[in-house]
Amino acid sequence: MNNKQESMSNTDQYEQISSDTFLRGLWKENPVFVMLLGMCPVLAVTNSAINALAMGVASTFVLLSSNALVSLLRDFIPKQVRIASYIIIIATFVTMVDYAIQAISLDLYNALGAFIQLIVVNCIILGRAEAYASKQPLPQVLLNSLGMGAGFTFALLCLGSVREILGTGSLFGLMLFSENFQPWVIMILPPGGFFVLGSWLLLFNYLAMRKKQNISLNQDVTLRQESSDAG
Amino acid sequence: MQADSLTYIFLNSAIVNNFVLAMFLGICPFLGVSAKKDTAISMGLAVIFVMLVSSATAYGVNAILMAFNIEYLRLICYIAVIASAVQLVEMTMKKYTPSLFRALGIYLPLITTNCAILGVALFQTSREYNFIQSMVFSLGAGTGFTLALLLMAGLRQQLELAKIPNVSQGAALTLMLAGLLSLAFMGFTGMGA
Repeated sequence: MNNKQESMSNTDQYEQISSDTFLRGLWKENPVFVMLLGMCPVLAVTNSAINALAMGVASTFVLLSSNALVSLLRDFIPKQVRIASYIIIIATFVTMVDYAIQAISLDLYNALGAFIQLIVVNCIILGRAEAYASKQPLPQVLLNSLGMGAGFTFALLCLGSVREILGTGSLFGLMLFSENFQPWVIMILPPGGFFVLGSWLLLFNYLAMRKKQNISLNQDVTLRQESSDAG
Repeated sequence: MQADSLTYIFLNSAIVNNFVLAMFLGICPFLGVSAKKDTAISMGLAVIFVMLVSSATAYGVNAILMAFNIEYLRLICYIAVIASAVQLVEMTMKKYTPSLFRALGIYLPLITTNCAILGVALFQTSREYNFIQSMVFSLGAGTGFTLALLLMAGLRQQLELAKIPNVSQGAALTLMLAGLLSLAFMGFTGMGA
């Protein structure tokens, strides 16, 4: 009887699968822009769009597979040693990715440097394992990690493309401007990473603030729109 | 200066290729704990200590792995070494300096996921430093981290008195500051390799 009740309450705690399970990682709880996690790879490998994309895909793979495993093993891992177990699981997948990238493209491997191995200490992955995968069943976890991974890749691409366009005048290696373009070299150097990420955050802050004002002044806005439509 | 002399290794890892501002390692604690100078110093010291311990242990672990030809286990072993070193520091601090332990809060266990520490272990392996060089390298990296943290904390404490637009409050402003600081450290480029 008691057991039944417990299992009932357990299933109650599971999240209902909805589009939100996937989408909130992409926008509302974006790991980079909103939660400010995993900053090191975000700043370090985004000096070109292709590096950013590769890093995003690699991290998403590790996030997805390690969280799936954590979710499957959630009833077997003792609570006291859970962090250590998660780290070992993550490290295993990172080693796999590390060797895979080395085999697929050595150029990419050299460009990303130690940052592939440093996916191990990406707080997003451990954070998701602790906060979500250890409590939810597989389908939810897969969707959620896919969303978070997509959000992370999206953020990396936001930074990578801006920095590559400003810093070298190209995107994914394709020249965008004529030869007269003066590259803004500082953008592909370390300070550029801080500046571009700071600017993105400024933009999002501004949008969020404007949205808040819009809600409080909703009446005004509709009135203004009506008058401008009439004009 | 010779590229493998100890002075060179120290200055290179502390200033020229500063771990935080030039190589983007350890950004999370850099942004998180740099609000006050006191906590910044103690965080820096804790990181230096963990770095030295884990770097020394990682050197030994790597030698063993090489002997058995199982280098693919390197990452897993290193992270386990670092996690235990952090645990050690945490227990010591809790016993001898409880106030500091509370001040550092969540960021103390999070040293485990500080990429600077794993970075030191990985770089010393890939650059094939010997034991003394590894120790100097990790000391330099830790000093560089502390320096960056301290500079940042000083700037942020001054900024508390300044009037800034609402939009730029929080992380955006901190990142812009870090960018300026990183720009300043760019001045050292060319002194290294």
